[in-house]
Amino acid sequence: MDYIEPHAHMVSRTTADYEAMALAGCRAICEPAFWAGFDRSSPEGFRDYYRQLTDYEPKRAAKFGIPHFCWLCINPKEAEDAGFAREVMALIPEFLDAPTVLGIGEIGLNKNTRNELAIFEEHVQLALDRDLAILIHTPHLEDKLKGTRLTLDALANFSALDRNRVIIDHVEEHTVDLVLDAGYWAGMTLYPESKCTPNRAIDILETHEGGRLWLNSACDWGVSDPLAVVRCGLEMRKRKYPPEAIEKVLLENPKRFLGQCPNFKLG
Amino acid sequence: MPSKQDILDLHFMGARCQLIDLAAFLDRVERHPGDADFRFEALKKAIPLLLEERPDRARAVLDALSDHSTEPAPKATFQGAFGAPRA
Repeated sequence: MDYIEPHAHMVSRTTADYEAMALAGCRAICEPAFWAGFDRSSPEGFRDYYRQLTDYEPKRAAKFGIPHFCWLCINPKEAEDAGFAREVMALIPEFLDAPTVLGIGEIGLNKNTRNELAIFEEHVQLALDRDLAILIHTPHLEDKLKGTRLTLDALANFSALDRNRVIIDHVEEHTVDLVLDAGYWAGMTLYPESKCTPNRAIDILETHEGGRLWLNSACDWGVSDPLAVVRCGLEMRKRKYPPEAIEKVLLENPKRFLGQCPNFKLG
Repeated sequence: MPSKQDILDLHFMGARCQLIDLAAFLDRVERHPGDADFRFEALKKAIPLLLEERPDRARAVLDALSDHSTEPAPKATFQGAFGAPRA
């Protein structure tokens, strides 16, 4: 089944995962910058990470015929120290002209704090200054609803923002309407416990106009599945979705959003 | 579009398993010594939502397990989340 994995943290995954994704029909992988499971001790640690995202991972993916793209930022979990975050942000422009960079992401909130919000807004301004698309993380579990509302309130202050070039990720049943009604794209993340299961994601597709929704695995160092998107496609098949409806969600929708990024090309 | 029968054929056994697992979890917590915390109370409070006649029970459960405050927090005291708001 042909599909795009629009949100995967491949720096945390094995080369065997690349092979499995290629075998499953993956046509492109997009990797947002994220929290590595621990706080980095210096901004220079991020310089190495950005090199890994813009140079090393595309080469690793290319061995399996999969184009690899990335989004750059400092993630919200490490943005609570605003001084540190601004030092890291100062490094980002030197990587933005790399040929596989899609935009700024995954920015957003984690514990919904004032400092996280300030750094989030500075990232949005950076994206606007460079005319880049934006990928936004929403917080975990009990913090998601509040964080989504704060995120939308903050974005509303950027009058120049093209909402069609912003995707707000990790939506669930209680946040998807907030995001879609405000005119943004929404991502559904397929996780075994937190976020959406495949069947809940299909339920959301069934109860919403699906033109601005995509699916992702957000596979990383935690309990997650790099084949979650294609497994969801299989569940759609079990639920009698025709092949073209499955292809729309797994391939065409992400292609339409990502096609707005000049560097994106499908393999 | 699949019928109700189709959905039952596909998902009844999974739902049955999850329901029994939830019941066993409630028994397990109550059987063990010590005090439960806000997470257990929040979960028990959300369970009656399953029996309400409404089309959005999943959303209602998520709402019940969410922080409904509106002001940004002054600072983060930890990085994780619990799955239910502190009362």
